[in-house]
Amino acid sequence: MPAGAVLEACGLGKSFQVGKRVVTALGGVDLQVRPGAVTGLIGPDGAGKTTFMRLAAGLLVPDAGSIHVLGLDSTHDALAVQAALGYMPQRFGLYEDLTVQENLDLYADLQGVPRAARGARYAELMHMTGLAAFTRRLAGRLSGGMKQKLGLACTLVRAPRLLLLDEPTVGVDPVSRRELWAIVDRLVQNEGMSVLLATAYLDEAERCAEVILLHDGRILDQGSPAAMSARMAGRTWAAAQRGTRQRELQAQLDGRPGIVDALVQGEHVRLITTAAAPPQGLAGEPDIVVRALPPRFEDAFVDLLRGGRDRQMHRVDMSGGTRDAGGDARDPVIRVAGAKRRFGDFWAVAGVDFEIRRGEVFGLLGANGAGKTTTFRMLCGLLPASAGHLDVAGVDLRRAASKARARIGYMSQKFSLYGNLSVAQNLDFFASAYGLDGPQRRQRIEWALAEFALGAAGDQLSGDLPLGYKQRLAMACALMHRPEILFLDEPTSGVDPIARREFWQRINALARQGVTVMVTTHFMEEAEYCDRLAIMAAGRILALDEPAALKAAARSAEQPEPTLEDAFIRLIEAAAVAEAA
Amino acid sequence: MSKANLKPPQVAAAGNKERGGAGMRLGGLLRKEFLQIVRDPSSIAIAFVMPIFLLVLFGYGVSLDADHVPVAVVAAAPSQDSADFLAVLQGSHYFAARPMASMPAAEQALRQGEVSGIVRLRSDFSRQMRQAGGAPIQVVVDGVDANTARLVEGYVDGAWSTWLAAQAARRGGTLQMPVDLQPRIWFNGELKSRNYLVPGLVAIIMTLIGALLTALVMAREWERGTMEALMVTPASMSEVLLGKLAAYFALGTGGMLLSVGLAAWLFDVPLRGSFWILWGCSSLFLLAALGMGLTISTLARSQFVAGQIAIIATFLPAFLLSGFIFDIGSMPPVVQFITHLVVARYFVAIVQTLFLAGNVWAVILPNALALAVMAAIFLGITWRKSRKRLD
Repeated sequence: MPAGAVLEACGLGKSFQVGKRVVTALGGVDLQVRPGAVTGLIGPDGAGKTTFMRLAAGLLVPDAGSIHVLGLDSTHDALAVQAALGYMPQRFGLYEDLTVQENLDLYADLQGVPRAARGARYAELMHMTGLAAFTRRLAGRLSGGMKQKLGLACTLVRAPRLLLLDEPTVGVDPVSRRELWAIVDRLVQNEGMSVLLATAYLDEAERCAEVILLHDGRILDQGSPAAMSARMAGRTWAAAQRGTRQRELQAQLDGRPGIVDALVQGEHVRLITTAAAPPQGLAGEPDIVVRALPPRFEDAFVDLLRGGRDRQMHRVDMSGGTRDAGGDARDPVIRVAGAKRRFGDFWAVAGVDFEIRRGEVFGLLGANGAGKTTTFRMLCGLLPASAGHLDVAGVDLRRAASKARARIGYMSQKFSLYGNLSVAQNLDFFASAYGLDGPQRRQRIEWALAEFALGAAGDQLSGDLPLGYKQRLAMACALMHRPEILFLDEPTSGVDPIARREFWQRINALARQGVTVMVTTHFMEEAEYCDRLAIMAAGRILALDEPAALKAAARSAEQPEPTLEDAFIRLIEAAAVAEAA
Repeated sequence: MSKANLKPPQVAAAGNKERGGAGMRLGGLLRKEFLQIVRDPSSIAIAFVMPIFLLVLFGYGVSLDADHVPVAVVAAAPSQDSADFLAVLQGSHYFAARPMASMPAAEQALRQGEVSGIVRLRSDFSRQMRQAGGAPIQVVVDGVDANTARLVEGYVDGAWSTWLAAQAARRGGTLQMPVDLQPRIWFNGELKSRNYLVPGLVAIIMTLIGALLTALVMAREWERGTMEALMVTPASMSEVLLGKLAAYFALGTGGMLLSVGLAAWLFDVPLRGSFWILWGCSSLFLLAALGMGLTISTLARSQFVAGQIAIIATFLPAFLLSGFIFDIGSMPPVVQFITHLVVARYFVAIVQTLFLAGNVWAVILPNALALAVMAAIFLGITWRKSRKRLD
C-alpha cells in the first residue's frame, strides 16, 4: 500500500446471482483513497458502489483481488477493520422505537466509548447535527433528514479515522443535504478524518477533493473533479433560439455530428461538442445564439460514458404514444382550484391552485412530506379531495374519477410491474387492464417493444432486468392506452445520466405530440427540464413559475447566479421564517 | 494486530485510556433488547396477551369432558323404578336429563341437536328388571361428535350399573356379575381435560415466544437495516446473538412463570412434581425453541417469510403433534415417527408428568436429554450459520 492511502483495492471483483443472471457488481477495481479528504464514489444505481462499501467493511467476501483498510485486510481481518472504521449504510439502522439518546448510547456501548468521554462527545455531535433539542424523541418520529443526521452521529460516536458513507443524501431534502455536507466538511477539516462517500448525485461530486467514477462495476476515471471538468474546457456551450421552445431545439440538435450531448437546462440547451470549438453547422440557422459555458462535472461524466463521440443515435419519435387529442394547444387540461386534503386533523394539502396547459411539462418539487404525493393521488383520482375542485382532461374528478383515469397514464417511483412476469406478459397484462383486445392489443405491444427497445428482452422476467430496462418497461406500460396526460412520480431516481437523458427524450417527444406531463422530483437537475415548476412545502405552493424566473427571483448580491437548488432553499427558508413570525 | 494499535489518535487525544470491551457491548445490546420489548406492542402481545388468552381459552372454553350433557329419557310406562333411574341421571353432573313423553319426540330433539343422546326404558322395564337376566335399556347417541358420543355411552353404562347394584342392595341381595370391574383412575382422578391441557399450554406459549417472536424480531433487524449497522461495529456476531438469546430467554421464562402461576392458582391444576425441575426443563426447552427461532432467522430475512416458517415448522407441530391435545399413541405409525422431530413433544411429556404424576425420573430424564440434544443442535446451526457477512 502506498504511503498514506487509507483504503486500497487491487483487482477487486464480486458477482452475484440474480435470478438466472450472474451480475458482475465489480469487475477488477483498483483504487486508492487519500487520507484527510473527501473522496467521492460516483455512479448510478447498480454501478457497484454499495458492493464496494460492503467489501471495504468486511461484510462481503470478494471473488477476486483484495481490499485493505487502514493497513488491515478487510476480508481476513474483518472484525479489526470494523473496529477501526465508521460505516453508515444506505439505510442506516436506527432503532425507531429507541430515543435519539438511547440510539447514541447503544452505539457508544458497541463502539466501546468510555463513559467518562461520552458527555463531551455527545454534546459535540448533537450540536453538530442540530439534534440537541430532540434527544428524548423516538428516532421513528424524526424527519428523513434528521434520521440521516442521527445515523451519522451514531457512526461518529467514536471518531473513526476512515468514514464510509453510502449514499447519505438519498431521500433527503435539499436543506438537510446541505447540512449533511457541512458536517462532513467539518469532520475533514477539524478532525482530519478521511471520508469515502458514495453518491448518485453528480452535483455532489464537485464538493469532493477527489472522485472515482464507477460505472457497471468498472472505474471510468479517478481524479479531482476540477481537473475532470477542466478537460472539457472549450467544449461546453449554451444554445438558444428565439421563439423556439428549448426542448424542440434540443431535439433538433441532439445527435448531430460533432455534438456529444444536448440537454435542456433552464433558458438554454447545454451542448457538449467533440472538439474544443463551437458547434458546427449552426451558423446557417437563424436566431440560434451560441455562447460558451464553463464546464461542470456532469459534462465530463457524460463525455466519458459516451466515449467523447457524437452518436448515430436511435431517434426517439414516440409517434403513436398518444391519440390525437385535438382541441386548442392553449387549453388547460388540468385545473385545480382550492384543493385540500386532510388526514385526521393534519392537512397534507392545505389549498393549492394551478392550471396545466396541453403539452406542458409541469414539475412538482418539494421535500418529503410537502404534499406532492397527496396532490398526485388526488389528480389521478385515487384519493378524493376534502375540499376544492379538480378537473382532469375536462372531467370533474368528484363526478367521474374512473372516466378520467382512462385518459391518464401513471408511472410510480417503485415501478409497479409484476417481477415474475416476462416483459411481454407485463405489457399484455397492462394492455388488457386498459381494455385493449384483439389486433389493437397486439399492435400496441409491438409498438411498445419497438419504441422502448425492449424487443430483445421480451422473454425475460421483468424482475431480473437492469434498472434502466425496468424504467422503460414501466413507462411503456403506462402508455399502452395512449393517454393524454402522463403522471410520473420520481421517475428517474437512481438511473444513470445516459438513461435519464433517454428518458427525457421520450418525455419531450410525447410533449411535442400534445401529451401533458406532470412529474414529481427532488432532482434539481430534472426540474430544469420542466416548462413550469410548482415548489411545495407543508401542503402549499410556495412558488409557481418557469425555472428561469424562479432562479431570477432568488438572485441577490451574494448569489448573482443562483441555481435552482439555491432558489428552492431560499423559498423554503423564507416560508419557515414566515411561519415562525 | 492487537486492538490497542487500532485506536485512532483522536480518541487517544480525547483522554480515553481504554476502549470498552465485550461486557460493555453486551450490556448495550441487552438494554436495547429490553427497551424494544417494552416499547413494541407486538412483543407484549405475543409474550403476555397471547398466553393469557390461550390459558383462558383452554382453561375455561375448551373442554374434552362430559358435563351436563343433555340427554332425553323416555319411559314408555312411568313407574317407581323408572322415576328412580331418572333421578340417578339427574343427580349426576355429567348429564342434564330431560324426561320426554314419546320416542318420536326424543328422536326429533336428537335430530335438532337439542339432546346428545336418548335413554329409553321400555314399558316392561319394572317387570323385566326383577327377573333373572335383568331389563335391557336402549341408549341412542348422536355420533357426530365422536368424543361426546363415547362419553355419553360410557357414563350411561356406568350410571346404569351403579343403579342396578343399589337396587339389588336395597332388596337385600347382591347383583350377580361375572366379573366385578372396579376402575381406579390415577393421576387425573377427576378426569378433567383442563388438568392436562393447561400444563401442555406452557409448551405452546414458550414456542410462541422462543421461536416465532425471536424469528420475527431477527427478521425485523434485517428488514430495517439495523443488522448491517450492528455488523460494522466491533460487536461480534456471537455477542449480537447472545443479546437476543438472553433477552428472549428472560421473556420466555416470564411467559412460563405466568402460565404455571395461572395454572396453579386460577385453574387449580395440581403441581405434583418439583417446581425447580419444571423450571430446569422449561429452560432447556426454551433454549431449543430460541435455537429454532434463530435458525429460521438465518434462512429468512423478511418478517413475512420468517413468520410463515415459524408457524409451520414450530407452532403447528407443537400444537398438533406434541401430544398436547392429541394422544401420540393413537396416531398412525408414520406420524408417530415424525413426532420424534417435534421438540415440543419431549417437553409436553415432561410437563404433563410433572404436573399430574410427580417427579417420574423414567419419563423426565430421557425427554430432558432429548431437549438438551435438540437445543444443542439448533443453537449449533445458528452459531455456524451466522457470520458477519451479507452474502
